[in-house]
Amino acid sequence: MYKATVIVKRRPKILDPEGKAVEQGAKLLGFSNVKKTRIGKYIEFFVDTADKSAAEKEVKEYSEKLLSNPIMEDFEFTLEEVK
Amino acid sequence: MKPKFGVVVFPGSNCDHDAYFAVKKVLGFEAEFLWHKEKELKGSDVIILPGGFSYGDYLRTGAIARFSPIMESVYNFAEKGGVVIGICNGFQILLELGLLPGAMMRNESLKFVCKDVFIRVENNNNIFTKSVDQKILKIPVAHGEGNYFADEQTLDEIEKNGQVLFRYVSNKGKIGSEFNPNGSLNNIAGIINKKKNVMGLMPHPERCCDPLLGNTDGSLLFKSVAENL
Repeated sequence: MYKATVIVKRRPKILDPEGKAVEQGAKLLGFSNVKKTRIGKYIEFFVDTADKSAAEKEVKEYSEKLLSNPIMEDFEFTLEEVK
Repeated sequence: MKPKFGVVVFPGSNCDHDAYFAVKKVLGFEAEFLWHKEKELKGSDVIILPGGFSYGDYLRTGAIARFSPIMESVYNFAEKGGVVIGICNGFQILLELGLLPGAMMRNESLKFVCKDVFIRVENNNNIFTKSVDQKILKIPVAHGEGNYFADEQTLDEIEKNGQVLFRYVSNKGKIGSEFNPNGSLNNIAGIINKKKNVMGLMPHPERCCDPLLGNTDGSLLFKSVAENL
């Protein structure tokens, strides 16, 4: 069994209004060094197989087809074996 | 013959009854609800994907609804030239499904916008606006994610192909960012596919069909479809 962690991020060129709004909050709190806040999604789940390459394939497809929208988002993932 | 509108109902749809009421009770066409778990389109001539918050807008708007069993039938129906209208959340679902190009982002203001807007009909070479004799329509919007996005190449393509059907404008038809409620690229309020049988728009025409509500601009779109089927 593998634990998968997927991070979905909006493409760097695409505006992130949420990130911008949160950064305004940071400024109000006095975090003057905070720059370029971007908001993404963190998704974790388990893949019930002992075969790492099969797990990778499944996570990749799941991320491509549902977890991210390829028009505006990129994703990256890690797999960690759990016993 | 009266055309039949099939109104798809997803968990979280909330404009399904408005759409049904508008086409059936106000305009006198046939209409039937289509539950998202079914596959049968029940002889519908036109499919409406209504507004709302299908699947709670979880993950991304429309992202889960597009995998509902009925959507495979809707996809095949559209591929064969069947007429499909996606309103608000329905537009978002059509984008996720890939029947229309682009994607939807959170409104630039981060606020849910609910008000009447003016949209300009950009062309009449399709079933949806063929019989619409007004250049500017007043139709309400109500959404948090109507900020239309497409990459440069796609945007270029849909502009060249005349696929941009509606733009947010002033009441006189002037384009400007002050008339754009959500930050959408090129003030886009609605688009059609290349084959011109699938339309998605953020404003809600079904909410302004009944004369009792003081505005019937929305009815022009449904009437145009019915007249030109």
